[in-house]
Amino acid sequence: MIELSQIKKAFNQGQSNEYWALNGIDLTLEAGKVTAFRGPSGSGKTTLLTLVGCLSRPTSGRVRFKGEDISGLPERFLTEIRRQSFGFIFQQFNLIKGLTAIENVILPGFPTGRPRAELIAAAEQIFEQLKLSHRRTAKVEWLSGGEQQRVAIARALINNPEVIIADEPTANLDTALSREFMAILEGFTAAGKTVLLTSHDPLVVESDAVHRVIGMRDGCLVDA
Amino acid sequence: MRRPSTLAFILLMVMSLGVIAIFAHSWQLTVTDQSRLQANRTLVTQLGLTDLALFSESRYTRHPSQADLHSALQDHPGAFDHFPTGSLISPPAHLTKTHERLAGKTTSPD
Amino acid sequence: MNVWLEKQRHLIDFTLASLARRKTKNLGLLLAYAVLVFVLASLMLFTQALRSEATFVLAGSPEVILQRMVAGRHDLIPPGYIEKIGRIRGVQKQEGRLWGYYYDPVVNANYTFMARPANEVASGSIMVGATLARARGLAAGNVISFRSYSGKLFAFKVSAVLSPDSELLSADLVLLSEADFRAFFEYPAGYFTDIALSVANPQEVRKVAEKLSASLPDSRPILREEVLRTYQSVFDWREGIMLTVLAGAILAFAILSWEKASGLSAEEKREIGILKAIGWETSDVIRMKMWEGMLISLTAFLLGFIAAYVHVFYFGAAVFEPVLKGWAVLYPRFALVPTVDGLQVATLFFFTVFPYTAAVLVPIWRAAITDPDSVMRA
Ligand SMILES: Nc1ncnc2c1ncn2[C@@H]1O[C@H](COP(=O)(O)OP(=O)(O)OP(=O)(O)O)[C@@H](O)[C@H]1O
Ligand SMILES: [Mg+2]
Repeated sequence: MIELSQIKKAFNQGQSNEYWALNGIDLTLEAGKVTAFRGPSGSGKTTLLTLVGCLSRPTSGRVRFKGEDISGLPERFLTEIRRQSFGFIFQQFNLIKGLTAIENVILPGFPTGRPRAELIAAAEQIFEQLKLSHRRTAKVEWLSGGEQQRVAIARALINNPEVIIADEPTANLDTALSREFMAILEGFTAAGKTVLLTSHDPLVVESDAVHRVIGMRDGCLVDA
Repeated sequence: MRRPSTLAFILLMVMSLGVIAIFAHSWQLTVTDQSRLQANRTLVTQLGLTDLALFSESRYTRHPSQADLHSALQDHPGAFDHFPTGSLISPPAHLTKTHERLAGKTTSPD
Repeated sequence: MNVWLEKQRHLIDFTLASLARRKTKNLGLLLAYAVLVFVLASLMLFTQALRSEATFVLAGSPEVILQRMVAGRHDLIPPGYIEKIGRIRGVQKQEGRLWGYYYDPVVNANYTFMARPANEVASGSIMVGATLARARGLAAGNVISFRSYSGKLFAFKVSAVLSPDSELLSADLVLLSEADFRAFFEYPAGYFTDIALSVANPQEVRKVAEKLSASLPDSRPILREEVLRTYQSVFDWREGIMLTVLAGAILAFAILSWEKASGLSAEEKREIGILKAIGWETSDVIRMKMWEGMLISLTAFLLGFIAAYVHVFYFGAAVFEPVLKGWAVLYPRFALVPTVDGLQVATLFFFTVFPYTAAVLVPIWRAAITDPDSVMRA
């Protein structure tokens, strides 16, 4: 479903602090599976996820999504693909403070022009699944870490994306909450979604919910 | 859950209607306003008034249109003064134009 | 179209929800903004209404007033002067006028004394303006005495108080008979203050004025059109303390709103990154901010304008009274006839709504085009 060929990514290219975060990645990712990236800090995992998730463009190489080359598309189209096909769960959750849980969740639906009632209904349904309905009108800064993460997950799901991208999803969670997250992951697989995640956490990468583990080091793939 | 944009629309709508009402209201002179204006014009004609009685603290603000170009010092309409209203109204335009209008037409120096 | 509309409503929802997070701060800003519009709009409505009212009523004033100058000062019209004018063609009627100022030490106010023919005001009685009557506590039938400039005391019976509707014109008027006027001011017989001329044909007024200054070189004709022009330009935009004071307020507000609008906090920048990462386009972010600017400035404009209208036409422009009043003791109470100039309102609208919206948009532009991948590393 996602094919990467000869992906290289440089930061500050042409300047004295030029840094190559990715050095030629070839990778094919299957639909409907959970893939985890593991590697030391600075190995380029996050950078790879931003390329796949249309948050940035590779310096060279191609990214194909469902057969279509998306590495050369203008920003407008990238944004549209990102909105329709990818849901993001960030390490810091990145919720908008001051808004309620449900207001945060429906945000990705705004540019689609879906009626508000429909968005709210969809959000309520996701909250139901994540057992968060009782907190839906609470301001996000009052929520616990686990609740915040579930709000972030709900937000990633609101546009019903095919791919979920999670960067260090359990870094801010304790063991019990991490287990809960893995259970939610299994639910994604059951729903036929593709999941890409990065993690240092053995609990995650050694879990049964993860189908494939890919190792990284210094911007290259290594055997896990 | 009440939608914030709906509230904003209602608020803006009400205020816009207010402004439209203001326009409508000001275009339509009431009978009392009209008769008052007419009565005042009649008074002006009858008494030969030339000015509004808005500022009565000095001669050139009580009767700015009759103010006297030639008087020096404090009577000059452009004079710097200590009356607040003196800085609210400037010398009437015709005072500074008189020279131009009558230039060469009078036998005496203007 | 429907989708577009729904999308805009979403953006408005979001911007309102964001504004609601700092309720006091944003309401304070809105209020300051509305007050600024209020003062500007009040000034505009007040001067406009005053101007149009003056133009209407003063259209009834004499076509030409003739003053006489002696040694660079306004002087009395000597006997025989009026007869000279009679020979000028186009002059229908000429009339010597008698008026002057009187300082009343009782209330420290200046009055305008004006002589009227005996059939209007009987000898020994006066008619007074409503403002004056209020200041001195006079009513029809009362007796009041003034000490003349020569030191003699004159008692007058108030035969009538002029209509309060005419206060804007007659606030400080004292109408008395010609004989009383001359006696009170010891005005030499045969002399007048100035001369009012009526000219039947408006086209001839300028010709008449030219002939007057040619045949009476020591005279100064004042035309009605000049009187009207005086009031057309009174309280022009450029004029007055009000605007000087306002300029400070405008500047302060400009700084405030620029600070608020352009100083994007790190928090706001982070939020924009999040919005972009979760699928908002750059244009969505910008449009969202544009709605914010427009909603705030539009609300402030409408609020301020409506309040100004009520203030000027229903509360007699009470805010300006202390300034307009100046040092004068007599200040007329008047209700202006509501007039609104569409062009002026449009100008005010443009100068209040547009700059704020622009101030909001400029900084957001830079923030909105930053790369969305920055949110992955916080
Ligand atoms: N915007 C940037 N400018 C310069 N260098 C960058 C930038 N973003 C990332 N890098 C560098 O690229 C390298 C890869 O970063 P990346 O965030 O992908 O690592 P990571 O594998 O996710 O590490 P971690 O496990 O600590 O999250 C790092 O050395 C980082 O310093
Ligand atoms: Mg990382």
